[in-house]
Formats: sequence, C-alpha cells, structure tokens
Amino acid sequence: MAEKTYLQAISDGLRQEMRRDKRVFVIGEDVGVYGGAFKVTLGFQEEFGPWRVIDSPLSETAIVGGCTGAAIMGLRPVAEMQFADFISCAWDQLVTVAAKQRYRAGTPVPIVVRLPSGGGFSGGPFHSQNPESSFAHIPGLKVVCPATPEDAKGLLVSAIEDPNPVLYFEHKHLYRRIKAEVPDDRYTTPFGQARIHRAGDDVSVITWGAMVWTAEEAAQQLEADGISVEILDLRTLVPWDKRAVMESVSKTSKVLVLHEDTHTGGFGGEIAATIAEEGFENLDAPVKRLTAPDTPVPFSPPLEKAFIPQVDDVASAVRELAEY
Amino acid sequence: MAIAREAEPVGSLQEVKEAGLDREDLLGVYRNMLVTRGIEERGHILYKQGKIPGSFYTGRGNEAASVGVATAMDDSDVGTPLHRDMGVHITRGVEPWRIFAQYMGRADGPTHGRDGNVHMADSRLGLLAMVSHLPAMLPVAVGCALAFRIREERRVAVGWFGEGASARGDCHEAMNLAGVRKLPVVFICDNNQWAYSTPTYLEYATEHVADRAEAYGFEGVVVDGTDVLAVYREARRAIEKAREGGGPTLIECLTLRMEGHAVHDDAFYVPKDMFERWAVSDPLERFRSWLREHAELGDTEEDEITSGVKRLLNDALTRAEESPLPDPSSLTEGVFATPEDLDTPHHK
Repeated sequence: MAEKTYLQAISDGLRQEMRRDKRVFVIGEDVGVYGGAFKVTLGFQEEFGPWRVIDSPLSETAIVGGCTGAAIMGLRPVAEMQFADFISCAWDQLVTVAAKQRYRAGTPVPIVVRLPSGGGFSGGPFHSQNPESSFAHIPGLKVVCPATPEDAKGLLVSAIEDPNPVLYFEHKHLYRRIKAEVPDDRYTTPFGQARIHRAGDDVSVITWGAMVWTAEEAAQQLEADGISVEILDLRTLVPWDKRAVMESVSKTSKVLVLHEDTHTGGFGGEIAATIAEEGFENLDAPVKRLTAPDTPVPFSPPLEKAFIPQVDDVASAVRELAEY
Repeated sequence: MAIAREAEPVGSLQEVKEAGLDREDLLGVYRNMLVTRGIEERGHILYKQGKIPGSFYTGRGNEAASVGVATAMDDSDVGTPLHRDMGVHITRGVEPWRIFAQYMGRADGPTHGRDGNVHMADSRLGLLAMVSHLPAMLPVAVGCALAFRIREERRVAVGWFGEGASARGDCHEAMNLAGVRKLPVVFICDNNQWAYSTPTYLEYATEHVADRAEAYGFEGVVVDGTDVLAVYREARRAIEKAREGGGPTLIECLTLRMEGHAVHDDAFYVPKDMFERWAVSDPLERFRSWLREHAELGDTEEDEITSGVKRLLNDALTRAEESPLPDPSSLTEGVFATPEDLDTPHHK
C-alpha cells in the first residue's frame, strides 16, 4: 500500500494491466511521447513501445472505430479522449457500432474509452462537460465514474476485463487533489456495487465522481449542526446499484440526488424516478435533485462557480430536506 | 484530371491463371455470382409476397465487384461488406437459407431477427456486420488491420464503402490513419454512381473517388466493376501488397446500381439510356460469355451449374420458411456480452 493520487492510481492500474496482458494497448492523441494531456500514460511508450502506446492523428472517430475493430480481432484497446467533451466526435462509433454489435450480431466489443471529464478550472464549454447520462441512455454501453484513487484503479481493471464497451469517466478535478492509500497488487472493483462513502441517518445523498467530495465537505459542516448525512457513491451508472439506493432510502427516508451534469435528462432523474416507483412508501420528503443548470458550462470563474454545485448548495439542500 | 490508375481488363485464361485462379475456381466464381443474384431475385419475390418486413435492398449490378474482391481474400483475412455486397457473404461461405431467414426476420438468421436485410455477418467467416450509418465500418476495418499490425500477423482487412459514403468524415479519418500507419487494409469503393437519388457530380468533385488515395499516401485504382476477373486481379494485388507490409490501397469498382436504392424506389431519376448502356455489360452475362469463349464452358456444364444453384436456393427457401419467428420473451437478452462470449476464435 502506498498513498497515490487519483491520477497515479489510474496510471498504475493501466500499466499493471499492460504488463500482465499483451492484448491491452493504448491509443489516443498525444498519449505516446507526450504521455497524454494529463500525463496518465507518461513513460508508457518507453516501456511498451510505439505499437502498444499509439499516438493517433486527431481523429476521435478513427480512434474509437479502430478500437472496435481491434477488439473484435482479440485485443483489449484502451482509448483516451483528450477531454471527455471530444467523445461527441466518436458518438457514431460508440452508439451505432460498438453498443449494438453484441445484441444484433453476437459480436462482443471489449473496449475502454477513458474520458477526462468535469469542470472547475475555467475549461469553458468544451473542456468541462460531464456527458455520462447521454451514454447511460444507450443500451449496450457501460458507464463508470470513480470517485476515489482505490476505485479509480479497481474500476479501470474491471473495465479492461469487461467484455463490453465501457466509458470510464475520470474527473479532472480529482486527478491531483484526491490522495489515498491504494493497494499495490492487482484487484478489481465490481460494477454495479455502490459504496457507502459516509454512513448517516437523516438524509441520503446519492452521487458519484467529484460530487462525492463536495457532498463530504457539506456533510462535515452539517454534522456540527446535528444533521447526519449518508453519502452513497454509485461508482458505476450502468449498471447502477438500485438495491443500495433503496436501502439508504429506507434508512433515512430523505434523499438528495446530486450530480455535476446538467439537470434535464441527467442521470439523477432516473434515480429519482426509480425511488418514486419503488421507494415511495419509505419517503418522508419529496426526492430532491441538485445539479448544474441547463446551460453550457461557462468559462468565467464566477459563472462556473454558479454552474457547478458547491458545498454550500449541497448543505442548504440537505438542510431543507432535514427540516421538511 | 484523373490521378488513380485505371485498370486494364483481363484477357486470356493464361492471364487469369497467373493471377491465381484455375478453371475450377473460375466456375466457383461464376456459381457464387449466380447464387448472389438468385438470392436477391428470390428476395424480391418474398418481399412482394409480404414475407419480408421493412424494406429490401439488393446489389444488382455489383455481383462481379463483390464476388471478385471476396475471391481475392484469404481465409484468415477479414472484411466489412455492405448492402450491395451479398456476393462477399456467399463467397465466404454463408449458407443461403440463413440469408433468407435473415430477410424474413426468422430466428435462424445470423442476427436472429434483431436486424434485417444484409445487416448481418458470420464472424466465424471473418466478416463483421454492417450498420446503416455509412461508412462507419471503415474505421472498424482499419482497427482490424491495426490489430494485425500490432500482433505482426500476415492478415489483411478489407473495408467497403460507397461513393455516397465517401463524403462522410469517417472515410477520411479511416484512410488517413491507415495511410499514416501503413496498415494492412484495402478499401473497396462500390461506386454504383447513385447515392439514393444523388448523382456522383453532387457527391464528389474529383474525377474518381480513387484519386483521393494519393492524398493519403497510397495507391488508388479504378476498375470496371462488371469485370469480375479484373476486380479479382486488382484486389489480389492490393491484398498481397498489404500482406507484405506495403500498406493500403483504394480500389474503386465502377458499376451502375441496376435497381432503385431499395425496393420502394423505381429510380425514375436515373436516365433510361444509362440503364441501357450498363445493361450491356451485365456482370453475370459478361463472365458467362468469357467462360464460354476462354474456358470452354459448354451447354451441359452450364446447365449443371444453373440447375445446381436453382436447387440450392429452392431448398434454402424451404428451410428458411420452416425457421420459427423469434420468441418475444428473448427480447432483452444479449444486450451485454458475458465473458464466455469472448471465447471465440477472433477474441482469443
């Protein structure tokens, strides 16, 4: 065990899998000589050579389509989008080809697409988005959103092992900010099993990715006021752990669904609807959603701060629920 | 001004032998072309009988191009054929009854009723199932070639696209990556001159689609797509060049789409004289004449082949009609793959 940043954990997990399994290769823009825009693959090309750490032209469609072909031929590609936002350029390859190939043609497509996502650094409308719900809506794709260094590694290993296309959202605001002990040995973190980040009795916060840490800060503040918050980190959205959500609902009876993605059609709506359908009898307050508003991600710091749910926003939303 | 090389027609039996086909192979090619057309003609009848749901697409006029290219592939090569390329499936060995079952949405079709038409492939035969979004399979074919290159295997991927689809960005990204990395892939453009109702001059501004190859750093060839032997020779050259590490080639097979875009379309927008001109070089008739002239195909042997194909297709149709419709209770099965699904020859 050693203390690792979230970024180091991703890097370690990937390197370990590449050492273990010759079929695993990396392709993306600037992933080779440069080591990736965020340096996740720094030193990889020296170790694994230019045909396993492939600098591609600026061609997201060819990267994801190429991974699909290589996967069907028996390799285990891990693609890097330089920013999650650019996955829009490869939409067709993911949604039209990779996602549907198993169902209609019986051909599994075991690919991983790494997606540095999220805002908080004035990246503006095209370097800050959290497009996970768009893909959670597509049958055939799995969606993974780790919040901790330990999960970042374990979920990446599981993603590479998984026989399906997996979108791995790594939140940029966690890269160097979040550090924790990470086991050195290889391990997997199963999909579809939520993690109780913080146990509590009064209000449940259902969330994932960077918002886990925003909720954690809010929970610490609220503790002083005698409000006990439970934080459930979903870890993966497809599949998502309905059972754990329902257990937390029946424990606290009050739920805040929190995400950094925009409001309408965000994955929080799916969770809220499921709670309404299956957990209504256990609720003592209407399910509340706290999300970014329905706007593009703005650039200027005060605008971006107003866009991304902040600790105070979470605290006041939880307070409202507690007082209901 | 054309940049791509314009391929010469093939003349004698000797020339064909040098290209790698003996007389038996040639008869096999002819038979595959007959099966290809026969399946699609019977498909038309099934459609009119109301037995095919949705729409129906054929590749009439493209039989030489599809069979010619597929004949040039080795068993270990892979391809992504499209909706005008039934001949590729036939040449690679798919059983015709499964195609009829696919047309009719039956449980025994290659997609078990999950998809229709030629949206199918048998991965055990080295084929990947197409999607409607064209040419989305080109980057996938390039990915197959990338896998061969990474593993240093002597295998080649063949990616098909139409001249209409050549206008989309996937085409550019796929060819550019293949050119940059000199990957073992051959691009086949089925240029049937009509993207639904849109003629070539509204699709691209060069003389040939194959002229673009130069810009990607590899060779472009234009071949008469109704001449199965010329198509075979050019495809063979390109595939072997790719196998030897010589990188991609773009082959443009020029044909005319002899029917509408799909069964509902009467192609009123295609000038009549264009159909008449191209009808003269019908790929089947052309090859039949060549076989009679150069390979001593006589009446008896021809009848044997023709009646054999007829029997095959009649039996196939009967068997397909016996295939059950898919069970609605299976609707949600198989959206996600399981680890056991990876236990296939390709995925190992």
